[in-house]
Amino acid sequence: MIAALRCLIFRDLLLAARRNSDVLTVVLFFVIVVSLFPLGIGPDPKLLRTVAPGVLWVAALLASMLALSRMFAADHADGTLEQMMLGATPLGLVVAAKVFAHWLVSGLPLVLISPVLALQFDLPRELFGVLVLSLALGTPVLSLIGAIGAALTLGLRGAGALLSLLVLPLYVPVLVIGAGAADAAASGLGGNAQLLLLGAMLIFAGAFAPWAAAAALRISVE
Amino acid sequence: MQKIGTPSLEADGLRCVRGERTLFEGLSFALKGGELLRIGGPNGSGKTSLLRIACGLLEPDRGEVRWGGENVRRLKEEFWVRLLYIGHANALKDDLTAAENLGIACTLAGVVADERRRLAALGQLGLAGRENLPARVLSQGQRRRVALARLVLGAETPLWVLDEPFTALDAAAVDCVQGLIGGHVSRGGGVLYTTHYEASIGAAVSRRIDLAGG
Repeated sequence: MIAALRCLIFRDLLLAARRNSDVLTVVLFFVIVVSLFPLGIGPDPKLLRTVAPGVLWVAALLASMLALSRMFAADHADGTLEQMMLGATPLGLVVAAKVFAHWLVSGLPLVLISPVLALQFDLPRELFGVLVLSLALGTPVLSLIGAIGAALTLGLRGAGALLSLLVLPLYVPVLVIGAGAADAAASGLGGNAQLLLLGAMLIFAGAFAPWAAAAALRISVE
Repeated sequence: MQKIGTPSLEADGLRCVRGERTLFEGLSFALKGGELLRIGGPNGSGKTSLLRIACGLLEPDRGEVRWGGENVRRLKEEFWVRLLYIGHANALKDDLTAAENLGIACTLAGVVADERRRLAALGQLGLAGRENLPARVLSQGQRRRVALARLVLGAETPLWVLDEPFTALDAAAVDCVQGLIGGHVSRGGGVLYTTHYEASIGAAVSRRIDLAGG
């Protein structure tokens, strides 16, 4: 079973590597959106420093949503999803492995590149740690919640718009708390409370979202 | 890896409704070890739906499918490790090679097969020398052969459910697949399949159910 999950993660990473335009689209979108803000707002360092965590978080949220609809679509189209459902590994674990691979490809690069982008906003160095940590805890939650939406809208026409409508309300608390972490740290309160909340969300979503997505997939495939 | 057990698949009073149409109603059959059951019928008569119900992918509107007396949708993985299903989609990734595709399909299904056996299986289906080509460049028939190479490795899986296995295959490959199916039945496995091709498979017990189509 562990071998099957490892094989699945490896397969998704291999597919992403052989078709790297999908990954680059997400990262490029993130870089462009974040970089446009300083240009649009103007060179007011104080203002930029204030909006930096919010802008980075909103851009990360939109970028990860961009990649969501692809999470199960290809496997559904070529019949691999049916084979996963009839496999020896419980579907919830298969979904968890797929979400993890999806995050490695579309979430982790955003986390890693965010400090570089934060430089454009003159974000104080001491806030980098909190910002990166909040994104590192928050983006997997976005992928996990998104997996439920992607599973529910699988194979539907106009799935993209429906997916955003389904998932956005659930993304809002993650966004508020995630962007709030760096804000709280900037105001001297320390971002620990928000980071702990994000951690709790991650554990909760990690435990339940894959099974919810698995149940949704079974309905979608019927 | 379990020994090839005595497969016993029973369908009881199945009814399938797709959209407004009732495809079949009150359909019952049993499939034991060493039996070959072919589902016939015109296009759109519900053959694929019936196979998907038998696998537990689709919930029948009435009736149930049992494996060893237990509903397959309750048994889940316990049933699925004893099942080899090849649908009409080949479940191949265009960007992966034939060998990689086969390896991943086996790992997902819980079939243990080392690289040598996997390459031998591809060779048996006439794909020797093409193992390392991406599936994208293979022809339709060759892609079908990659999917069917799982049959060679799935000899110990008691129940095979095959949806139109001969589609796009040439005469040599059809012979090969017929031989694999015949071999599985003579080993005591059960095979449930659909085809429009008049297959000649040597089997002691060979039955046929025709769906009328409605």
